[in-house]
Amino acid sequence: MTTETETPAAAPTAEQPPPPAARAPRRRSWLGLWFVLPFAAVYAVFMLWPMLLGLYYSFTDKSLTGRPVSWIGLENWSEAFGDAKAWDSLWNTAWFTILSTPPLVVLGLAFALLAHRARKLGWFLRLSFFAPFVIPVSVVTMVWLWMYQPAGGLINHYLGEWGLGGDRLWAFQAESMGSVVITTVWWTLGFNFLLYLAALQTIPQEVYEAADIDGANAFQKLWGITLPLLGRTTALVVVLQLIASLRIFDQYYLMAGGASNLSPENVFIQYIYNSGFVGFRVGYASALSYILFFFILLVALVQFRLMSRRED
Amino acid sequence: MTALQTRTPSSETGPRTVKRRRGRITAGTALVYFAAFFLAVLWLVPLLWALSTSFKTETEASLGQPIRWIPDEWSVEGYRVLFERGDHVMWMINSTLVSVIVTVLTLVLCVLAAYGFSRLDFPGKKVVYAVILAGIMVPQQALIIPMFDVVSALRMVDTYWGLALPQVVAPVMIFILKRFFDAIPRDYEEAARIDGAGHLRTLWSVILPLSGPILAAVGIFTFIGSWNNFLWPLLVANDPSIMTLPVGLGVVAGGYGLLYAQNMAAAVLGALPLLIVFMLFQKQIVKGVAGVGLK
Repeated sequence: MTTETETPAAAPTAEQPPPPAARAPRRRSWLGLWFVLPFAAVYAVFMLWPMLLGLYYSFTDKSLTGRPVSWIGLENWSEAFGDAKAWDSLWNTAWFTILSTPPLVVLGLAFALLAHRARKLGWFLRLSFFAPFVIPVSVVTMVWLWMYQPAGGLINHYLGEWGLGGDRLWAFQAESMGSVVITTVWWTLGFNFLLYLAALQTIPQEVYEAADIDGANAFQKLWGITLPLLGRTTALVVVLQLIASLRIFDQYYLMAGGASNLSPENVFIQYIYNSGFVGFRVGYASALSYILFFFILLVALVQFRLMSRRED
Repeated sequence: MTALQTRTPSSETGPRTVKRRRGRITAGTALVYFAAFFLAVLWLVPLLWALSTSFKTETEASLGQPIRWIPDEWSVEGYRVLFERGDHVMWMINSTLVSVIVTVLTLVLCVLAAYGFSRLDFPGKKVVYAVILAGIMVPQQALIIPMFDVVSALRMVDTYWGLALPQVVAPVMIFILKRFFDAIPRDYEEAARIDGAGHLRTLWSVILPLSGPILAAVGIFTFIGSWNNFLWPLLVANDPSIMTLPVGLGVVAGGYGLLYAQNMAAAVLGALPLLIVFMLFQKQIVKGVAGVGLK
């Protein structure tokens, strides 16, 4: 672990000579464990134990109905790999990720560039772009479903007025994937916006002044200086966004999934949820969970590398 | 990013007088301001529309046509019904309780652990730290099924503890805090040591006073995250009287049907607490996103 490089604890012998300072020496003792123990206990019960339990369940026919559990080997896993509905829902999650990630990254950057230039509007822009992010998901979906209303809804009204055909546009049918994506972009863009804004503020002004002397225009400065300097931030934003999008459940459930139950299509977490809590098949749902876990882990490993490299 | 690292030192070489281009409003600047302002207003439309609808009479709201931004007839009927029914207030209290429990516990447990990892050495430290850090990569959504099993075995379904405790597991906060503590020079603690202060005392009177901003960031983010958590409370709170605001609004209030003014009143009230938190702590939150996300 790169984070462990500079703990000064490894030199216990060096601090023998001055007796008064040696009152609390950095020697190895069990004391540190007491500091870590409270968190470690909660972590063990609510993270490690569920992980192991889930893995175990995935090899059993464990059910919510409480009948005796028996070991069934790889049956859940082989069923999951052959389950067309599971693959459909995984594809829906992937489709949501494909549709939502580019606008969330590109618009996050664009809005941050604007806010960085339009400094006098700073407070207002940060409020407007980031405020949706702190609003509970059910409020977000209530408001957007109201705006998507076919009759009397704001969006279809204006689309109709501008001759754009109203609810015939696929994105503007309340229960469609497009609607969920648009709602998500509005809701969560602020986070990426702030990440980019913070990164922009770390770019020293001198770099641009040098370019000014060379006679570079605004576009050249953006393309030649700003974007390359934001490369690392972009990597991080993309990775965080991929992880967030792969976890899509809340807004989909509230807009298109379980709550209204209009759509036969699911996203993956919804399918896990239904297998476990509607179909009572805890064992099977656990196997599915581990498949999701695997995909997110692949992306998270990249995030982890980005985070620890930042250490140096 | 090597480019950034090689370039930054150059900022010290020439204390060039920064040319202020004040008073010269170019077309480009005007365009930027116009675009930024337009987008910011556009981004506020959903909230403004919800606010506008919430003050309409139910008849005007459900008619929809014509679109009116200013209510024809102002009415607080939606809000009145909401408060009369009482469940909205109850969910808000539940959310506050759960979020406070989660935030306080997260801060206490993570600060203690981060201090232990940063300043103390004990057998097995590296292994424990690695195991906890690996948890950053585990999506809690993938653990809901066995987590529910654990929580029901502990008889915590439909309790505040059942809602709160699984959310306290936040390895990333330990990572952030430890790294912050690591950067605090050891000299500060020497004086306290010489005075005979133990580690808890040192942590309280030396480290924590220096950690205000990072504690604020961790605290605010934990609070927002917990307040807005949906999937876990959806599973573990089945009794409407224990539901948090997002779940209550999503599951119960969603069934009220076509009472738009009332629905939007609920939405406005649901959005309000954290919007106020955000306006109060905007500076810390903006900094916090940078700190929590980037580092």
